[in-house]
Amino acid sequence: MSTLTLKTEGEKYVVVTRRFAAPPKAVYRAHTDPKLVQKWMLGPEGWSMPVCICEAKAKGKIRYEWANGKGGGFYLTGEFIELEPHRRIVHVERMHLPDATPDNHIETTFEPDGDGTLMTMRMALPDVETRTRMLSSGMEKGMETSYVRLERLI
Amino acid sequence: MLDLDSTFSALSDPTRRAILGRLALGEQTVMELAQPFAMSQPAISKHLRVLERAGFIARRVEGAKRPCRLAKGGIEAIDQWLAMLRKALAGNYDRLDALLADMKPPRGRRKR
Repeated sequence: MSTLTLKTEGEKYVVVTRRFAAPPKAVYRAHTDPKLVQKWMLGPEGWSMPVCICEAKAKGKIRYEWANGKGGGFYLTGEFIELEPHRRIVHVERMHLPDATPDNHIETTFEPDGDGTLMTMRMALPDVETRTRMLSSGMEKGMETSYVRLERLI
Repeated sequence: MLDLDSTFSALSDPTRRAILGRLALGEQTVMELAQPFAMSQPAISKHLRVLERAGFIARRVEGAKRPCRLAKGGIEAIDQWLAMLRKALAGNYDRLDALLADMKPPRGRRKR
């Protein structure tokens, strides 16, 4: 198991890094093959992804639908912009809660790191309205608040 | 509800981050805060106003002084969001670890 780092960059971005004990080819595949995406991109405990469309090619469509098994759910749509196999994915996505949030442009890179992979994901922070809607959508359910320490931000 | 943009722009300045670092040690007056910086008191006061608006500090009146201390609002606005994101991602990537382990081609363990 590896540690996630999550840092803010400037005023608008969040940069997430994570190491995986598998080569970039496998990590990339897990991000682009819908059958694999469906198994891990689930968010909080108790949620599943009954619908997973992930057309890994330029202009390919993305649609993820999540359900909590209690009638609650929301979905995300997006498009791939650029894919460099096993190295880099650029895509845009938006949540539907049910109204669509502003587009979030996300770049994910996979670099060889020893016999594993270092993944870096750079995404925009949602604006305050989007964030409020996401927090009130049920995504937060089941999550106790664990404060990121002040030192991490300053 | 605090505005996340103002929260982040308040943190985007090194002097303001240093001020928060000093206030982490306890309440201080503007004069005390200005001391280590090559800056006038009005310049420091301007930074303090930005931090106060974004909910990072609170000030009370004590005679002519207005001592500053850290407040929770600004940090909580960001924390709540980042904590949720971190937890959701950490859970996802732990599941991905398990999936990647399953994807690995079986490796011969013969030692001969």
